[in-house]
Amino acid sequence: MRPVLRAPRSSRRAASAAIAALLAAVAVGCAPQPEEDASGSASASASASGASCAKGELGTKTSGKLTIATDQPAYEPWFKDDDPKNGEGFESAVAYAVAKQLGYDKADVVWQSVPFNKAFAPGAKTFDFDVNQVSISDERKKAVDFSSGYYDVRQAVVALKDSPAAKATSIADLRKLHLGAQVGTTSLDYIDDVVKPTQDAAAYAKNDQAKSALKNGQIDAIVLDLPTAFYVTAAEVTDAKIVGQFENQGGTPEQFGLVLDKGSALTSCVTTAVDALRADGTLAKIEQEWLSDAVDAPVLK
Amino acid sequence: MTVVKEEPGREDADGDGGTPDADDGYVPSRRRLDRERYKRDRARRATAVAALSTLVTAVVLYLVVVNAPGWPRTKETFFSAEYAREAFPKVLEGLWLNVRLLLICGVAVLVLGMLIAIARTLRGPVFFPLRALAAAYTDFFRGLPLIINLMIVVLGVPALRLQGVTVDPVLLGGTALTLTYSAYVAEVFRAGIESVHPSQRAAARSLGLTNRQALRHVVLPQAVRRQVPPLLNDLVSLQKDTGLVSIGGAVDAVRAADIIVGRSLNYTPYIVAGLVFVALTIPMTRFTDWVTARMDRQRAQGGTT
Repeated sequence: MRPVLRAPRSSRRAASAAIAALLAAVAVGCAPQPEEDASGSASASASASGASCAKGELGTKTSGKLTIATDQPAYEPWFKDDDPKNGEGFESAVAYAVAKQLGYDKADVVWQSVPFNKAFAPGAKTFDFDVNQVSISDERKKAVDFSSGYYDVRQAVVALKDSPAAKATSIADLRKLHLGAQVGTTSLDYIDDVVKPTQDAAAYAKNDQAKSALKNGQIDAIVLDLPTAFYVTAAEVTDAKIVGQFENQGGTPEQFGLVLDKGSALTSCVTTAVDALRADGTLAKIEQEWLSDAVDAPVLK
Repeated sequence: MTVVKEEPGREDADGDGGTPDADDGYVPSRRRLDRERYKRDRARRATAVAALSTLVTAVVLYLVVVNAPGWPRTKETFFSAEYAREAFPKVLEGLWLNVRLLLICGVAVLVLGMLIAIARTLRGPVFFPLRALAAAYTDFFRGLPLIINLMIVVLGVPALRLQGVTVDPVLLGGTALTLTYSAYVAEVFRAGIESVHPSQRAAARSLGLTNRQALRHVVLPQAVRRQVPPLLNDLVSLQKDTGLVSIGGAVDAVRAADIIVGRSLNYTPYIVAGLVFVALTIPMTRFTDWVTARMDRQRAQGGTT
């Protein structure tokens, strides 16, 4: 009896030893390269020494190139013809202006397609900065770095011309409507925090779906940023109109910023570049060129 | 526990006789006591080894994850207690939509799937159009990607501007889910029905049952039992896919998480939503296991089939 019983025990021991060895092997095999540490210390030293923003010699992902990311499709008026590389459209123009400021020629700029909700994932980034109409907020600053703002954005309400929603003149008028917006946008926050409608807002994965819901009468109005609202009413849903725009809430205006990895060594240099572009009037010129009609929409109070 | 259960049989086999009844003056032999103690020791030992090995595995995995260079940031981004607290009530609110859709679509899918399966298994030349229609239905909706089906129904149907047809994304989304899933479930039912040996039907018919009675009382009861595990699979899939109605703007558990993720750029709400779905699936699995076990017991007692 006993010897027979003993055999399994030893085999069990062998098995447990094997498991332990396997786990140890896994632990060693998975041990990742300490790349985060390297970039972290690099950024620390860079920001400590006041940042060396020497023209064209930044520590970019690909040396000598500036990798810029945006989502796909890239919408007008921020980009033109879904092609960021052509330098047309507001954000494409801003991106190339920033690149030039940092000392990179047009040929040195490499575009990358990165979905919005992947742009802020932890781990190594594949881009130097992301330009995707991302509003700067303190909450988001916990997850990523932002450059200073390159555009003061206002939110606008779009409704079909012949609908009752088109006659709204105040925020109180909007309250009883069924409103929609794209998920992950400040537009949705405006509905929840400013309008506070009686009916829960509809949240769409893309503005395209919000637009078709508006056309189909599934919602009364959509909220989006003003330049996009102008494009939507001018080109995409032509029987819709801009009901009005919201005033900025609180003291600081809502601004779009370039998104950089948390603790990126480039943040201060990119911020300096954006500030310089604002100071010398380049940003105003680009805005005039691509977003000129986003000025005279009635303000909803 | 196991000792008491196993011992009587063993003892009888050994020829010791006797039952573990205290009244009949039975005193377990020394050998038996030794054997029981030995077995208890081994059982304790096995439990201890299992516990220790589980603990070691857990610790090693924990250390591997925690010592990863990106861990502090991953922890903050995916496992932030603050955002978990914020997301939980909203995710639960969204989950209520998933649950309602699951219950209503689940029932609709089972009924429709069963009808289609029966239509496909009908015999006789009269029923050819019905069979062909049912086959076309399953072929089409099983092949059509669910997401496209949803887009067409949720975004396309309202575009027709038909009088009296709802524009509610939840109702439309539920319809699309039912269309796709009833096609899957119909195939599960059909496989179940066809897996019942033809002799069963023949025997039922020879006893004088009509075709319909044979199906109702002989074939289906046997078929359904075999269908339970694959049906549960489809039900769990349906449960997760109910979230896709958010295409039409409805806020389900995942979309509720999306909203917070978009504002905070922190992924924790996704983890919360994921865990909530897992927590919903596990009781469902246990419930089905219980139902299956009960059906098996009843079958064993009935002694039929």
